[in-house]
Amino acid sequence: MPPSNKVVNVVIAGLGGQGALKASDIVAGAAFRCGLDVKKSEIHGMSQRGGSVTSDIRFGAEVFSPMVPPGEADFLVVLAPSEVENNRWQLRPGGTLIPPDVVDENTLRGKKSLNVALLGVLSALLDLPEKEWLAAIRGNLPEKLHDMNLNAFHKGREAAARWRP
Amino acid sequence: MQSDRKLMSGDEAVALAARDGHVRLGTGYPGTPSTEILEAFSELDGQAQWSPNEKVALEVAIGAAFAGARAICTMKHVGLNVAADPLFTVAYTGVQGALVIVSADDPGMSSSQNEQDNRRYAVAAGVPMLEPADSQEAYDFTLLAIEISERWQIPVLLRMTTRVCHSCTVVCPRGEAAPPPEPHFERDVTHRVMIPAYARPAHRRLREKLAAIARWNDAEGPNWTIEGTGGRGIVTSGISYMHVREAAPEARVLKLGMTYPLPLGTMREFARQSDGTIVVEEGDPYLADAALAAGLAVETQPAMFRFGELNVDRVRRILGGDVSPEAAPPPGKPPELCPGCPHRTVFTALRDLGCIVAGDIGCYTLGVLPPFNALDTCVCMGAGITVGLGLRQVLPPDEARRVVSVIGDSTFLHSGITGLVEAVYNPPATGHLTIILDNGTTAMTGMQEHPGTGRSLDHGRAGKVIFEDLVESLGMARPVAMDPTVDPAGFQSLVAEALESGAIRVIVARRDCLLATSKIKSYEQALKQEACLAPVE
Repeated sequence: MPPSNKVVNVVIAGLGGQGALKASDIVAGAAFRCGLDVKKSEIHGMSQRGGSVTSDIRFGAEVFSPMVPPGEADFLVVLAPSEVENNRWQLRPGGTLIPPDVVDENTLRGKKSLNVALLGVLSALLDLPEKEWLAAIRGNLPEKLHDMNLNAFHKGREAAARWRP
Repeated sequence: MQSDRKLMSGDEAVALAARDGHVRLGTGYPGTPSTEILEAFSELDGQAQWSPNEKVALEVAIGAAFAGARAICTMKHVGLNVAADPLFTVAYTGVQGALVIVSADDPGMSSSQNEQDNRRYAVAAGVPMLEPADSQEAYDFTLLAIEISERWQIPVLLRMTTRVCHSCTVVCPRGEAAPPPEPHFERDVTHRVMIPAYARPAHRRLREKLAAIARWNDAEGPNWTIEGTGGRGIVTSGISYMHVREAAPEARVLKLGMTYPLPLGTMREFARQSDGTIVVEEGDPYLADAALAAGLAVETQPAMFRFGELNVDRVRRILGGDVSPEAAPPPGKPPELCPGCPHRTVFTALRDLGCIVAGDIGCYTLGVLPPFNALDTCVCMGAGITVGLGLRQVLPPDEARRVVSVIGDSTFLHSGITGLVEAVYNPPATGHLTIILDNGTTAMTGMQEHPGTGRSLDHGRAGKVIFEDLVESLGMARPVAMDPTVDPAGFQSLVAEALESGAIRVIVARRDCLLATSKIKSYEQALKQEACLAPVE
């Protein structure tokens, strides 16, 4: 659990259709299940049409603004290689970038589950219990996708063990 | 952890409050960021329906509220422009039940053509306004809006913004409220029929109600002070409050929940006890102007912060008086028409024919971008047809003949029909061509149904407006409907021929939105099954 006054800031970036928003629902769900105050903010609408999409998740004892202030993200999870450079500014100095190639897509049962695989990497760097992550994944995806995504999540956790940010 | 704690968006919270508050009817027209309210209300088994436009939606809701029911009407900010006509007069008539009008503003224009600040509408029409700052307040203020509306028999504006509508925050619902009496009709012509003789006293009644509500707001309204460590005070409302609390955790803050009529006594007292007062608000200087007009010596934020959304960083700048240029974030990949989108074929043809294209509001506005560069105007819903007609009326004939209007199916039903009536009534000398881009859904806002799909908000069977029949009924030639993707060259010839004809023509370019195709198929299959299982009469 993070110390009482510290808010954890996560930004997830990708392209429309990659599941950036779904991934942010899962992060928010996991933090929420731990009893924390959580806020999640994103822009719908035009961004659905294949353009850049970002979603902010913040959690801690008490969160005010739903948007991660510019340059204050602790973690930046990026789902598309093309979205790394244009989102780097969101990280605080010393913040952690989780780029898409941390997980080898070929080891996943479906490319669509890269978002959840990268959450596996993120989960290894956060102090939220694994069971809440698993529950949040199940709670946010239809049952037929559970196996593929739980598998991807574990692949992400394995990759995190080998990876040095 | 409390068991009744939920994580939900502001839109979902409004819907939940509408359910808990026994709202009988929800009406609206889809528009980002308001769309999810009625969808969520329908999911909660509320009666929710899409109207062809916001004016219709508000009028239907007014009828329900005249009958003593609780009604909610949802729209995006520009939708309230369309619904402004009934808004201003329902303020006079008042209501018997409750009428809550949700205006979802879009500061920063994440998905809109302007960033108008609809707090001005509350003042202009004379309707009380509540501004939630998060999902909990979206829930609480919806219930409060119902209470105020019933107590003073007045419509209430719930003014939200993109970050309140679409952010998910924690909500503790209160559970079901006591149900209101069943709707019934009571004849009351002096309050319901706004002929001048009845409207004059109605205006006076409205001002008296607003004065009473202002006193209530000062005494017990949803406004509070955070004492902080004293010093300069900050007056704020809505999402700006959240940015303020983070940017200045120690500051003295007056957080306003009801921002019309304003609690001026509370504001005056707050300013008196502060060592200077600054107003922090997103959008227009609405609170600042009102405070200054009331003689409160408040500092206003620099003009540069009127543009776009606020965030914690910008509020820090406001409080620090920092007016140095702001760095723009690096541009991301812009949205584009989906690969395989049927609109692509249409815009390719219009580009290749060198058309002047009067466009409208929807996905297809993206036809303005490369590689198409085939859209020349976009003003508001319906203006594709009418601006095209205006261009035709004055341009030299060789240019006029190249003018084409494009309008989506949902947009056509929203505001395009009157444009076609105009074309029949005041035809330009060179004729005119309108292309209805019928992709079988309200695609831009997330694939909502409309009166042309034959399905209701919850995808059940509904009446269906047939575009070809409608156009023909206006006395125009029956429009040719074709799937442009099947024969792009044939489509281009059809357009060229219509432009040559010098007549008033409509073409329907019809193919389902790629993203909606499988959904539409499943809705229709479910309806077919339902029809098979229905008992034979």
